[in-house]
Amino acid sequence: MWSFSHIADLLHEWLSKTFNPTFTLIIEMVLAGVAVIGLFAALGLVLVIMERKVSAWIQIRLGPNRVGPKGMFQSLADTLKLLVKEGMTPDGADKFLFNLAPFIAMIVAMLLMAPIAFANNFQFWDMNIGVLYISAISSISVISILMAGWASNNKYSLMGAMRSGAQIVSYELSAGLSVLSVVVLTGSLSLNDIIHSQENGWWIFKGHLPIWISFITFIIAVTAETNRAPFDLAEAESELTAGFHTEYSGMKFALFFLAEYVNVFIVCAIGATLFLGGWMPFHIGHLQAFNHVMDYIPSSVWFFGKTFFLIFVIMWFRWTFPRLRIDQLLNLEWKYLLPISMINLLLVTLMAIMGWHF
Amino acid sequence: MQQAELKDIITEWLPGATFDENGQWLNVNVEPKDLHLLAVKLRNHEHTQFDYCFCLTCVDWKTHLTMVYHLDSTKFRHQVVVKVKLDAAKPEVETVSDLWKTADFHEREVYEMFGVHFINHPDLRLLILPDGWEGKNPLRKNFEDPINMIKL
Amino acid sequence: MIEESFTTAEGDLVINVGPQHPATHGVLHLVITLNGETIKKVEPHLGYIHRSIEKMSESLTYRQFIYVTSRMDYLSAHINNHACALCVEKGLQIEVPGRAQSIRIIMDELTRIASHELWWGAMSMDLGAFTPFFHAFREREVINEIMEETCGARLTMNYMVPGGVMADIHPNFQRRVKDFITLYKKKIHEYDELITGNIIFQNRMKNVGYLSSEDAIAYGVTGPAGRGSGVSCDVRKHSPYEIYDKLEFDEVLETAGDSFARYLVRIREMNQSVRIIEQLIDNIPDGDFQAKTKAVLKLPKGEFYQRVETARGELGVYIVSEGGTTPYRIKYRSPGFSNLSALDHMARGSKLGDLVAMMGTLDLVIPDIDR
Repeated sequence: MWSFSHIADLLHEWLSKTFNPTFTLIIEMVLAGVAVIGLFAALGLVLVIMERKVSAWIQIRLGPNRVGPKGMFQSLADTLKLLVKEGMTPDGADKFLFNLAPFIAMIVAMLLMAPIAFANNFQFWDMNIGVLYISAISSISVISILMAGWASNNKYSLMGAMRSGAQIVSYELSAGLSVLSVVVLTGSLSLNDIIHSQENGWWIFKGHLPIWISFITFIIAVTAETNRAPFDLAEAESELTAGFHTEYSGMKFALFFLAEYVNVFIVCAIGATLFLGGWMPFHIGHLQAFNHVMDYIPSSVWFFGKTFFLIFVIMWFRWTFPRLRIDQLLNLEWKYLLPISMINLLLVTLMAIMGWHF
Repeated sequence: MQQAELKDIITEWLPGATFDENGQWLNVNVEPKDLHLLAVKLRNHEHTQFDYCFCLTCVDWKTHLTMVYHLDSTKFRHQVVVKVKLDAAKPEVETVSDLWKTADFHEREVYEMFGVHFINHPDLRLLILPDGWEGKNPLRKNFEDPINMIKL
Repeated sequence: MIEESFTTAEGDLVINVGPQHPATHGVLHLVITLNGETIKKVEPHLGYIHRSIEKMSESLTYRQFIYVTSRMDYLSAHINNHACALCVEKGLQIEVPGRAQSIRIIMDELTRIASHELWWGAMSMDLGAFTPFFHAFREREVINEIMEETCGARLTMNYMVPGGVMADIHPNFQRRVKDFITLYKKKIHEYDELITGNIIFQNRMKNVGYLSSEDAIAYGVTGPAGRGSGVSCDVRKHSPYEIYDKLEFDEVLETAGDSFARYLVRIREMNQSVRIIEQLIDNIPDGDFQAKTKAVLKLPKGEFYQRVETARGELGVYIVSEGGTTPYRIKYRSPGFSNLSALDHMARGSKLGDLVAMMGTLDLVIPDIDR
């Protein structure tokens, strides 16, 4: 069996045989850290090239096609360019906060990777409050944006940061409420429990209409939370040139850029975990034969397949829709999404109590 | 309205106005002091209703300047050209931007390009030229710029 | 001239949009006073691309000055050249051959479609939708290739000369124009599917940048922007030139006066342009493409004014002649200049994001404003 959990077990066995327990733990922690950083970089590269290819496909053009086979190394070349560029700090900027902001954005994105189950039994940290952890940590990301906007000493940056603050704070509510509906159905905050509760079918199929509403609300809210079009008001380039990262250049800009893509990956991974079963293969109730056939596809393939499908959907949004205006954006949240998701949560709770779901 | 009728009605308002019918449209020459009076009448009278000023410019004749107002009526589709002769040394005329708002920008352009001073204009500042060009009027015939202007 | 202060006395934020800004599509500089996100005042500062074409034209002959005008509104270069050629012809009383007239009108309308297509893409990009730009350029490219084949240039064509057109049409011209019309009709529904019907787009455009018909007339707003306010201001209809009076086409009028109305006018105008081309493309008369003119043109003493409808509105060419080989004074009444003057009136009280929608639907081309 070649699965992530199998490799991890083999590694753990070999390490505990070779070193004493303390050393084993330290080496494992270092390995996990390297894995997170590696994944962070790899995801950034893959998602950037994916975005460019998806946009090219939607826009009837070819996209990057010079560097490497079919332009697959384009984002690597771009990163190299950004790495060697001078990272300028404007004169009037608050230098400490200005330089700190991109790192906070990056650290938040890395921290969010901890509770995500990438495959069966393959998780950095299976904590019992996984969902709470995610919603708590993800709200820190707004601080990095506010920090960047304020410290840049630029009116465009400041406006972008203010917009972003208003936007993220409001959309977190409906994102949280829609996540809660799955928590109510499962009765657990642990992501592992949530995945296992979907053994006889994903929540999206088991939970009737209310869970569909939650799912759609979730997708809209996280698109807004990650500042992606059509909610990219924080960096609306036709209004605010580049919003909060107007003054950033070089690798500091790249960190914001990477953090955005990693955040997209994380929210899609969470969406896939909560609503589409995470690494859980497609199971239908108690059809044992069918379920066993599905189990032959590795769990990591299921997880990444679902996640990348959701990422594709979010990219699809970006390249088709125009941008909302700031007041329309807030109206959408406070007048429509929030009441709908509140009522929906009530419905889900009723459904969970009465056991009406499958 | 035909040119003859237009001529009659303007003569009634301003007996001092002179006419020139050789061009495409009826040309009315008036004194600077009469311009605003005539403009109000042309703009508001029920038979003229020149509500659209489609061109406003100035011509430098070296000895004097001429303000040229091309007026059109969106209702009747008749046109008239009003001309005002200004003194080259101290060109001054009352603004018509209160009647046609488009004249606001056009008058600012004429102000910086020809140095015509528009009395009562709400915001007479440089529009196209950068700071420091006050008083130099590039479209005047006597404007000299030895560096950038190439004589053919 | 440029406000250095961060805020005004009342605590309003002053921001400089431009001269280099993604939404201005050129070097337009707007000083905007903001209260939060609400616009209190928009003050344009022009001149960043002012070349004083009027002064330059004074030292160029009547054959030469036409080529400078391609650089004014570079998206409707043909129509600018056309206006100047017509004005010179009016002065010299040249009878333009029928073949040249038909070719000129086909070129004008192709230019109009190309310009509106670029506007469609650029305006959508201002609103945050990137994809339409590429879809618009797919069709625009075909027009550019047609232009390249016949005129030898893709943007500043300089094809119209006093007396007709510079060269006869390319043998492929008629076939390729017909191919383009087939392509256009096949693809135009994508425009509606991608943008027009989009709920976000409609919310961004409807009731934004309202301009009443009285204000449109007062500010001299012409072209699709004026017709979006219900002002019948199509020069091709009210003072027709060439053979426009013999052609069948409708003046597109919308009465809502908001950005969406201006948007719809432009989209429908493209269909009308296609209609005009369809009437002419198979009926280009035989004969000369240029009237016989003297080598050196001398306009008689007098004043000549020609109004034409460019893609952005009414262009006026005012030539004052003293009888020499060069004009004594030329004034170009450019549509963008007047349209821009209404921006402050339209934008007050709306959000910063709306300003982009308004600038997009006014279709400002900066070299046209600055000249």
